[in-house]
Amino acid sequence: MDLSNILLMRFEVILLVVILLLIVGEIFISQAKKDAVIHLSIFLFGLHTAIGFLNLEEGRLFGGMFHTNAMIELFKNILNIGVLILLLQSGDWVKEKIMKNSRGTEFFILLFSSLLGMYFMISSGDFLMFYLGLELSTLPVAALAAYETTKRISSESGIKLILSAAMASGTALMGISFLYATSGSIYFNDIILTVGANNLTLLGFVLFIAGLAFKISLVPFHFWTADVYEGAPIAIASYLSVISKGAAVFILMILLFTVFKPLMEIWDKLLYGIAVATMFLGNLFALRQQNMKRFLAYSSIAQAGFILLGLMIGNQLGAATVMYFVLIYIFSNLAAFGVVQAISLQTGKELMGDYEGLYRTNPNLSLIMMLALFSLAGIPPVAGFFGKFFLFTAAASEGYYFLVFLAVFNVTISLYYYLLVVRAMFLRKSNNAIPYFENKIYMRLGLLIAVIGILVLGIYSPVYEYIYELSANLQ
Amino acid sequence: MIEGISIYDILTLTTILFFIGVYGFLTRKNLISILISVEMILNASVVNFVVINKYLYPDILQGTLFSIFIIAVAAAETALAVAIIINLYRQISSVEVKDTEVMKF
Repeated sequence: MDLSNILLMRFEVILLVVILLLIVGEIFISQAKKDAVIHLSIFLFGLHTAIGFLNLEEGRLFGGMFHTNAMIELFKNILNIGVLILLLQSGDWVKEKIMKNSRGTEFFILLFSSLLGMYFMISSGDFLMFYLGLELSTLPVAALAAYETTKRISSESGIKLILSAAMASGTALMGISFLYATSGSIYFNDIILTVGANNLTLLGFVLFIAGLAFKISLVPFHFWTADVYEGAPIAIASYLSVISKGAAVFILMILLFTVFKPLMEIWDKLLYGIAVATMFLGNLFALRQQNMKRFLAYSSIAQAGFILLGLMIGNQLGAATVMYFVLIYIFSNLAAFGVVQAISLQTGKELMGDYEGLYRTNPNLSLIMMLALFSLAGIPPVAGFFGKFFLFTAAASEGYYFLVFLAVFNVTISLYYYLLVVRAMFLRKSNNAIPYFENKIYMRLGLLIAVIGILVLGIYSPVYEYIYELSANLQ
Repeated sequence: MIEGISIYDILTLTTILFFIGVYGFLTRKNLISILISVEMILNASVVNFVVINKYLYPDILQGTLFSIFIIAVAAAETALAVAIIINLYRQISSVEVKDTEVMKF
């Protein structure tokens, strides 16, 4: 192995350099100028995102433990853009709330460490790398969820996240050990050759899926979601719902479509049940939420149910629609969380009732929120419609008509609660509406990129064609 | 390989250990006990990896290597969980589950 092979890990290496630079910066930047860390990390990460678009070759490293191809590279870029928007949106929050306690740098270091774990997870070629990536992506987020150490609910959400995460990864490990028992290897390429529908393999497979389903918050494993989102800082809730979920969906897709392809007849039925349960429970619980963070948590559970529709198809079309949907979902959810964060930062209000009359005082913010919610609900002019449309068409093309019917029924339910927020903002009048405020430049930039994403992705069709082309890498 | 003990015995033992952990995770009333239950689940899979490696595939040390990584990561996990529990204890002077139920449904 010569040294140029290391360049295949370009994403990981550069991000690691960024983390190390931040650690050095934490030591050498004086306390009075600590704000510079925010600008530094946003600048460095922007640079990293830009470099990510350079061409990268396919290849394997470390005897197949790490592999990369054009599709994985594209997904890392998607994650990068998501994290960049998130950093822009949360820069002000770090500056005003966290820097006072001189703990600002850890926020970025932990966030980037978690992203590094996700890179390794989606590039993994064996279960060991997968497990290490999974843990590296979960543990820093748990620390971040408990980040506001003076707030009680922040600690509570942290403990709920870390205990559920440990339980889920333990279950997944048990599953991996059974898979190892039947196939004799932890490398994906060897497992593909030997995997068959015997009892021990199935037990291992189901336990393993339970571990990943926790990260995507599919229904039997979704209990942590709403509590953690409510208690954690909004930036972290946003990170969990968008980046963490997106990466987990992607690795689940790779595993199902390649390693566990021979078991497709079995996991099809499994996912069918989980998809129906996830959509219904997510949507029905979202109906009764008053806190915007909990509301978005349940809405993100419901969206995960829709994503499963694409996973069940198990071919190139399925992969393309899932990736396209996740891309749009990242932009829409980041826009929604961005607005919630802007309002929470300025006024501390997070309840749906506080949003009444928002259009009269803050028309721009309420328009962004409306676009984001319309995109999540799937109303035609915005991108979310096309994401859902392709997903349902793909599912129908494989004959899952009843499932598509249930999904469309769920879209109707979801439309109701998304419109509740829109009604509160636009139609209701309120005497103590949130007063007008100006956002800082970073927040504006973050919201702007998200809105451009929502508007452009649906209309500009080459994006979908490009993703479809790259999805051929999966087989 | 241990004389007189088949792999079935050990796998039965680890599976029992795993389900004791799951049961404890669901029923314990104390955060530290829940943490211990989680450790039990993790250790069940560690033993599983070592035993499967030793009995079934003794040529390549994949399983044993995996178990070392699990132990290291589990230590990090526990340290973080205990840190968060201590932080919670500072605020509510309790590590009981029933006191950490501010957020529900």
